[in-house]
Amino acid sequence: MSETTKAETAPVLCVRDLKLRYFTSKGAVRAIDGVSFDLYPGETLGLVGESGCGKTTTGLALLGMPSPPGRIVAGSIAIDGTEIVGISDRSLRRDVRWSKISMVFQGAMNSLTPVYTIRKLMAETWREHASGGQGDAAVEALMLRYLHLVGLPEKVLDRYPHELSGGMKQRVVIAMALFLEPKVVVMDEPTTALDVIVQAQILNLLKKLKRELGLSYIFITHDLATEAEIADRIMVMYAGLIVELGTGEQIFGHSEPRGSLPGSSLRELPSEPRRTSLHPYTQKLLASTPRLHKRVSELAFIPGSPPDLLAPPPGCRFAPRCSFAKAKCVAEEPPAAEIGPGHLVACWKAREDPEYERQ
Amino acid sequence: MSASNAQDPAAAILEAKELKKEFVSRRGRERVRAVDGLSFSLRRGEILGLVGESGCGKTTTGRLIMRLIEPSSGSIKVEGFGAVSLGRDEDFAYRRRVQMIFQDPYASMNPHFKIKDVLEEPLLIHRIGETRAQRMEMVSQVMEKVKMTPTSDYMDRHPHMLSGGQRQRVAIARTLILRPSVIVADEIVSMIDLSTRAEILHLMKTIQADMELSFVYITHDISTARYFTDRIAVMYLGRIVEIGSQDEVIDRPLHPYTKALIAAVCEPEAGRAGIMRELMVKGEIPSASDIPPGCRFHTRCLFATEECSSLPEPELEDIGGGHLHACRRWKEIAEAMNEKRKS
Repeated sequence: MSETTKAETAPVLCVRDLKLRYFTSKGAVRAIDGVSFDLYPGETLGLVGESGCGKTTTGLALLGMPSPPGRIVAGSIAIDGTEIVGISDRSLRRDVRWSKISMVFQGAMNSLTPVYTIRKLMAETWREHASGGQGDAAVEALMLRYLHLVGLPEKVLDRYPHELSGGMKQRVVIAMALFLEPKVVVMDEPTTALDVIVQAQILNLLKKLKRELGLSYIFITHDLATEAEIADRIMVMYAGLIVELGTGEQIFGHSEPRGSLPGSSLRELPSEPRRTSLHPYTQKLLASTPRLHKRVSELAFIPGSPPDLLAPPPGCRFAPRCSFAKAKCVAEEPPAAEIGPGHLVACWKAREDPEYERQ
Repeated sequence: MSASNAQDPAAAILEAKELKKEFVSRRGRERVRAVDGLSFSLRRGEILGLVGESGCGKTTTGRLIMRLIEPSSGSIKVEGFGAVSLGRDEDFAYRRRVQMIFQDPYASMNPHFKIKDVLEEPLLIHRIGETRAQRMEMVSQVMEKVKMTPTSDYMDRHPHMLSGGQRQRVAIARTLILRPSVIVADEIVSMIDLSTRAEILHLMKTIQADMELSFVYITHDISTARYFTDRIAVMYLGRIVEIGSQDEVIDRPLHPYTKALIAAVCEPEAGRAGIMRELMVKGEIPSASDIPPGCRFHTRCLFATEECSSLPEPELEDIGGGHLHACRRWKEIAEAMNEKRKS
C-alpha cells in the first residue's frame, strides 16, 4: 500500500475538523471533537479505541447518518470530492449512501430480518439506494455476482438468515455493502463476534475484495491485533479525538517477519520488536493486548475510565489516566504534531516539549 | 482416554470421565452430540483452559460441570462428590463447591437488586450467616477481595450503575462468597473493554493464587488462555483433540486443528496488512448433529488421508510430559510442515 499512501493521489475521503455532539437532556456530549484525516484510494485506515471513544459515531457520521440525538455541528466530509455535510437527507440517500460510501454495521449479521430470504434482504437494500433503471433480471445477476465474490453459492439467495452460519451471514452483509459499487466502505467491528478461524477467513476476504474491486476501507475495531492484520495506517481515538495516527510500522514497531507456519517455539522468536508508538495511550493499549507467541507475565491495564464528554477536562483528555502526566498536560490541550513522516501524535511528552521536560 | 488421567488422581479436584451430552430435537429428528466422550481432570489450584470454536461443546461442558444440565452418560466428580443424580442435600453441597461466572455480567444479575443483595443472595440460599449484619460483613469482605473499595460506595448501587468491568467484579465476588473449590469461568472477558480485560484477568489470577482456587476457563480466545491458564484442552465437536501445558500446546502443537487455531490468531505486529494469512484448515465446522465418521476433524484437515475417515476415531495419545493428542498422522504432519518451512 506504500505507493498509495505517499499521497501523490488525491484522497477519496477527506475529513476536516469534524465535530459531532449528542444533544441530551443533560447537555451536549462532545462525542467527536475536531477530527481530521484523509483516506487514500486502495488504503485501509484503521480506527481503534475503547468503547465510547467515538469510533462508531465517526463511522456513522461519514455516511451522514449520526444516530439521534447526535448532530454534526462543524467540519467537513468530502467523499470523492463531494461535500456531504449539510446536504439534504434525500440526496444523501440517493447520491451518497451505498453508491459512494457504505457501511458494514456492528452486529449487522445478527440484525438481518429473520423472516426475509437473503434475496429479499438484498433487493430491499437495492431499492433503498439504487438510482433505478435496472430490471429485476439485472439486479438478480448483480446479487449473484456479489455473492460469488464473497464466496457464497447461489442457493444462499433462497435461504433465511438463521439457516446460515455466522461466517456466511457476515459474507452476506459484506456483499450487501458492496453491490452498489461504493468506493469507500466503513467496516465497524466486522470480525468481533466471530470465531478466530472465521475471523481470519473474513479478513482474507476483505483484503481480496479491496484489491479486486479497488476499494478503500475505514476499519473500526477495539482490537489492535486485528488492525495490525489489515490496516495500512491506524488512527487511535480517545474521548472524541484522534490522539495518534501512523503506519503499522510507526504504531507497532519493526520486527523480523516470523515464519508464517505456527508451532515455532518461543526461543526462535526475534528479540523484542522496537516499539515506536509514541502516545502513552497507544502504548498502554498495546501492552494490554494479549500475545500468543510471547509469554507475558503481566498484562497492562489502564486504571480509571475515560472522561465524561459532557464536560471534558481542559488539558489532555488522557492526562487523568496517564502515568506521565505533568502540570502542562492538565492545563493545556496538546495539538496533533507530526513527529515522523505522516506520524501524528497529540501528546506533550511525545513531542519532547522543552516546557514539559523542565517540569 | 484413560491415559489422560495418568497423573496422581489424589491431586485431581475435578474429574470428568467419558462425559456425553446429547440433545434431541423436539420431533426427535436430530440428535445433537454436543459433548461426545470428554475425559479430563482438574488439579487442585490449577487453571485449565477449554478452548475451541463456537459449537465445540465448551459451554455445554461448563453447564455439565455446574450440573445445570444432566449428562447423557459418563460422570463428573468434584472432591469425590459425584455430580450425577444426587439427592437434594448433596446437590446443595455440590453447588457450594462449584460456582460459575457467566459471560454476560449484566444478563446474569437481577436489575432490581442492589449490589449488596446480589452478593447476599447466595448466602441466603445456602443458609450461611445467622444475621443480616453477619452476612453484610461477609459481603463487604468479598467486595474488598475484588477491589471494589470503599465498599460503601458500591453496596447500594444497582447493576446498571456500574461499568462492565465493575459488574464482572460483582459476578466474581458472587462466586467467591461461597468459598467454592472450583470455579467455571465462561468467556468472562469477551464482553469487557480491552483496557479493563487485563485488569479482570489479573484480579482473577491474584484471587486464584490467594484462595487456592481451581479454575475451568472456557474461551474461544487462545491468546487470553496463554496468559491465564496452566494447561489448555483444545476441543473440537465435543471432544478434546489435544491437551497439555499451555507452553506445549501453543509452542509445539501436535494436532492439525490446534495448529489451525494458532495460525489464525492475529498479533499486534507490523507488516501484515497486504498479506493474505495462510489458513491451515478448510471449510466450516460441521454440525454436532452430523459428526463425521472416523477422525471428526478429517473433513477440514489439510493432511487427512483415506485412513482418517475409514479407521475408528483416534484416542488421545500421550507423547510424554502430560501432552496428549488425538491425531494418527501427527508425525507425518510435523515432517510435512518442516519441509514446507525449509522451502
